[in-house]
Amino acid sequence: MIPTAFEYERATSLDDAVAKLAAAGGAGKLIAGGHSLVPLMKLRLSEPTVLIDIAHIPDFAGIREVDRKIEIGAGTTHHDVATSPLLRERCPAVADAAAVIGDPQVRNRGTLGGSLAHADPAADYPAVMLAVDADLHIKGSKGWRVVAARDFVQGVFTVDLAPDEVLARVTFAPVRTAAYAKLHQQASRFAIVGVAAALEVRGGLIASARIGLTGAASSPVRLSNVEAALGGQPASSETAAAAARFGGAGIDDLNSDIHASAEYRRAMIPVFTRRALDGALARLAG
Amino acid sequence: MARVSITVNGRKRSAEVETRLLLVHFLREQLNLTGTHVGCDTSQCGACTVLVDGRSAKSCTVFAVQADGAEVTTIEGLADGDRLHPLQEGFWEEHGLQCGYCTPGMIMSAVTLLHDNPAPTEQQIRDGLDGNLCRCTGYQHIVNAIQHAAASGSGR
Ligand SMILES: Cc1cc2nc3c(=O)[nH]c(=O)nc-3n(C[C@H](O)[C@H](O)[C@H](O)COP(=O)(O)OP(=O)(O)OC[C@H]3O[C@@H](n4cnc5c(N)ncnc54)[C@H](O)[C@@H]3O)c2cc1C
Ligand code: FES
Ligand code: FES
Repeated sequence: MIPTAFEYERATSLDDAVAKLAAAGGAGKLIAGGHSLVPLMKLRLSEPTVLIDIAHIPDFAGIREVDRKIEIGAGTTHHDVATSPLLRERCPAVADAAAVIGDPQVRNRGTLGGSLAHADPAADYPAVMLAVDADLHIKGSKGWRVVAARDFVQGVFTVDLAPDEVLARVTFAPVRTAAYAKLHQQASRFAIVGVAAALEVRGGLIASARIGLTGAASSPVRLSNVEAALGGQPASSETAAAAARFGGAGIDDLNSDIHASAEYRRAMIPVFTRRALDGALARLAG
Repeated sequence: MARVSITVNGRKRSAEVETRLLLVHFLREQLNLTGTHVGCDTSQCGACTVLVDGRSAKSCTVFAVQADGAEVTTIEGLADGDRLHPLQEGFWEEHGLQCGYCTPGMIMSAVTLLHDNPAPTEQQIRDGLDGNLCRCTGYQHIVNAIQHAAASGSGR
């Protein structure tokens, strides 16, 4: 398994990465952790002629809180997200999702930006990014733009990124009462079904809810009928059980593959929706 | 071609390599460090696990050029002269291997595991080995070996 030959360059800054991408004119590809790209290159499913390494850009990785928003650099590894004290305190669901990606070696190399840009329909981050309603900050030849996570994914392995654009960071308002529940594919550890739930609770009632689903359909989606069923209801396990039943209803592009049939996924969405909701409610006290 | 300079087991190694050369092949074929194995070549089995800048990585999924400037530790770099590393000692004492094919990768993963968590529970050890497959042992003796090393205070 030998990839096709390519030229290798290291970007020294975000602007340098954009300039190198523009100069490569479509034949260039960014490499961050390489844990989606290198396997594809070995299979010659991806054959870039210029590889631009963004892993060494200063300040491309890191997690901080700015103006009551969490900001995660695109180059932050899954391991660093999973073990971030700031996220554990302010928005543990994001750390939880990172902690169940693949295996330790994958988490040591793979990055948030790489996962989002790659847009594997079975990736974990997309569900939590929908639940926290994240904004993606993108830099290209024409400057900066911001895309909401819910508008970023356009289909299987397809996102709203031009060939000369780099995803620089992700920002979101932290939600403590949020959780991620995942049904693992036992060998690859990817999500067969992954549900992230973020709740806003006021005076014992669920003021608003955002539920993101990954793994089950061709692209990540919000479970709007579950969200509607939760709104205004008491923040209780009974509410969660009743609302979770709607999980997956109305989704007609459920995946069916060697890992799980569409029927199985349909049956598992309510189960994991309920686990995510119960996990979020369990954080109310803490 | 590209020039890389990688510190392997404490020794700086510079070479002219093809950019598409994988780190595992750089280690095995150019440096003759054949303790790092290739099991699957598809990022699944962990037999190729080494430390890159102190953390476990599957060297079949990293190009050598990506590791330019990095510090890499392989199984050959663990023992201190004739004195085995506590994890090697643990695998020896607890029969943590049968054919031994997975063992270097298991041990390198366990180095990062014990670095992060010097006193792991059995479940934490099993989770820490999610990225390593063994076709022989059924894992129990591997878990015992890592517990043995943890008990001897190997968090180095
Ligand atoms: C064995 C194994 C198991 C895995 N299991 C899981 C799992 O359970 N759940 C899961 O979610 N993922 C899983 N993954 C995928 C893993 O999380 C990848 O690390 C991740 O999808 C890609 O991140 P990366 O940094 O490695 O990206 P790379 O492989 O470097 O890049 C991926 C793609 O994104 C582009 N890209 C990278 N960074 C940027 C950026 N900042 N801006 C624009 N484009 C960019 C690249 O050009 C490339 O097209 C697994 C991978 C392996 C090998
Ligand atoms: S050879 Fe690298 S993971 Fe199997
Ligand atoms: S001892 Fe044979 S593969 Fe693990």
